[in-house]
Amino acid sequence: MVGRSIPQIIWGRLRKDRVAMVCLVILAAYYTIAIFGPFVAGFVGIDPYKFDSSAISDLGGKPVLPNGGISWQHPLGVEWGTGRDIFAQLLFGLRISLVISTCATFLTVVFGVFFGIVAGYTGGKTDTILGRFMDLILAFPFLLIVMALSGVLTDRLTALGVPQGNASRILYLILVMSVFGWPYLARIVRGQVLSLREREFVEAALSMGAGRRRILFTEILPNLWAPILVYATLTLPSYIGFEAVLSFLGVGVLPPDVTFGSMLAQSVTYFNVVPLYLFIPGTVLVILVVSFNLLGDALRDALDPKAVH
Amino acid sequence: MIDMNKEVLRVSDLKTYFPVRSRGLIPRTVGHVKAVDGVDLAVGAGETLGLVGESGSGKTTVARSVLMLVRPTSGSIQIEGKEVTRLSQRELVPVRRKAAMIFQDPYNALNPRHTVGGIISAPFRIQGVTPDGGVRRAVQELMERVGLNPEHYNRYPNEFSGGQRQRIGIARAIALRPNLVVCDEPVSALDVSIQAQILNLLRDLQHEFGMSYLFVAHDLAVVRQISHRVAVMYLGHVMETASRQVIYSKPLHPYTHSLLSAVPIPDPARQRERNRILLEGDLPSPINPPSGCVFRTRCFQAQERCAQEIPPLVEVAPGHKVACHFPVASVPKSVVTEHQAHELMPVSGVPLPPAAPDRVLPA
Ligand SMILES: Nc1ncnc2c1ncn2[C@@H]1O[C@H](COP(=O)(O)OP(=O)(O)O)[C@@H](O)[C@H]1O
Ligand SMILES: [Mg+2]
Repeated sequence: MVGRSIPQIIWGRLRKDRVAMVCLVILAAYYTIAIFGPFVAGFVGIDPYKFDSSAISDLGGKPVLPNGGISWQHPLGVEWGTGRDIFAQLLFGLRISLVISTCATFLTVVFGVFFGIVAGYTGGKTDTILGRFMDLILAFPFLLIVMALSGVLTDRLTALGVPQGNASRILYLILVMSVFGWPYLARIVRGQVLSLREREFVEAALSMGAGRRRILFTEILPNLWAPILVYATLTLPSYIGFEAVLSFLGVGVLPPDVTFGSMLAQSVTYFNVVPLYLFIPGTVLVILVVSFNLLGDALRDALDPKAVH
Repeated sequence: MIDMNKEVLRVSDLKTYFPVRSRGLIPRTVGHVKAVDGVDLAVGAGETLGLVGESGSGKTTVARSVLMLVRPTSGSIQIEGKEVTRLSQRELVPVRRKAAMIFQDPYNALNPRHTVGGIISAPFRIQGVTPDGGVRRAVQELMERVGLNPEHYNRYPNEFSGGQRQRIGIARAIALRPNLVVCDEPVSALDVSIQAQILNLLRDLQHEFGMSYLFVAHDLAVVRQISHRVAVMYLGHVMETASRQVIYSKPLHPYTHSLLSAVPIPDPARQRERNRILLEGDLPSPINPPSGCVFRTRCFQAQERCAQEIPPLVEVAPGHKVACHFPVASVPKSVVTEHQAHELMPVSGVPLPPAAPDRVLPA
């Protein structure tokens, strides 16, 4: 135990966890593909928006080749009716999914941590009011609200200067998910803060004349990153799923853009003829979500305070 | 070196009560924990005042009140002549440069996510003080002074033993050269062998910097090694205060007698011969303390009057104050309940720390 900080100890422990490392590699690959894939695709001429009438039949738009039109030119096949390349769609869709879920997770963490710390440390009336407010948010039927308000609020965002169409819709998704998501984290953080604020190092800082900002963000916050990290890695995949559900239901991203959700929604129609339409995006999605969940579990084990000391 | 004319701390009639709230939808205050109930103390420049009493007697609450970490219910606290009880948190900030605290639990008092350098430099940063040569150098000098390796600047508290952590806490407390350091049982959590090292360090630092200590402990053996004067506390009240020599040689309060009888004597022969006063019953609840003298329920001297009148803390000899209606110079044989055999000897055979060399105190 020479010169090792707690993050280093945790990293050392995580590195011995083979499952966690595999997940980490997979996720790194996903993010790399999401960031750079579309650029590379542009170079080699893969385009998710380009119709390829040669790949589909003139009548009904059924892909000419079997298995959804898999060929050298279209490694994962083409879309029914338009001949658009599915591999390219996945590349671009992955980017949209990860942008939405990562931004929403980030905002959820920011809101949740901020309000959780304030409620837990301040206590009293502030705590009670924030607590009731969280109850209120959690009591809303999330899916119903999101669908009902989608049109109105998306227009509102457009009116505020966000580019029309999918940019507004993506921002709307990010905002609703974080607005409805933060109370869960805030509760976890609040509970942690309640016990942290009784620790003597907080009293020590007070005895030196530390102000509230130092106590909250320099003394308490660094002790919270373990639960925050675990929560974030478990929330992110649930947001990927949410985005898919919302796009599936038509509230999310609209054509010509595609995401996991809209691809899955489409695939249902053709499931009997081309089951690969469901399995390809489905598999990509499941691997992504499962990797995040397994990594979150591994992190939780590695961060177990009972094992740290 | 000790200058009682220059008081660094004066506490007068300090009362610190904690409200007891009923559980339920609408919490109501149903009573008060009278943790500190009318305490008077004074600490002179360069002096160490030992504050002893069993667990739950309100010592920590006195310490926390002195540093305004809990607002006293009433009474006055003066640090270097300045009344602090009515200051706002903002107004207290400059006062906090002059008075620091060393905590009981070295595992809890250091933020596990901060490096040693970060911990010891906190007073400089919080108070906005930049020493000559920079904060980092000042911190490394402090580390060296308290017996830590300055190269461990970037290490985390979990890499240090309890004794070393307490040294970190001491370095942090003395960083801004305060005139008063409140030590809340700084060695209670440590091994006996390490206790002596920490006590020596505290004593050396006092020699070097001339600061005053309010030194809290729950046993007289520790206090004996470091204090110039001792105050004995019981259930929120000061029972007796005197110079160290007088407390150990001529105690008057029955409670002090009972505490002293529990202190092990290094000489095993004398230890075996000695008798012990066993206190009956538990510490009464500070929510509902006994009427009159709070110690009367466990006192061998208790009589009618003790239940009716609160004994005031009166000066019976210069510098020796006792709050008792029936002080005793020596404990009558009939009271001494149990012949003391081996039970008070350290079980493991660890040698007791050497007693402090007696220092000549100015009258
Ligand atoms: N924050 C608090 N709220 C309520 N009661 C307290 C609080 N702090 C201390 N007490 C009570 O005050 C009494 C004295 O406690 P304390 O000052 O910690 O004693 P000591 O340090 O001598 O063991 C105890 O009965 C304790 O339960
Ligand atoms: Mg205590």
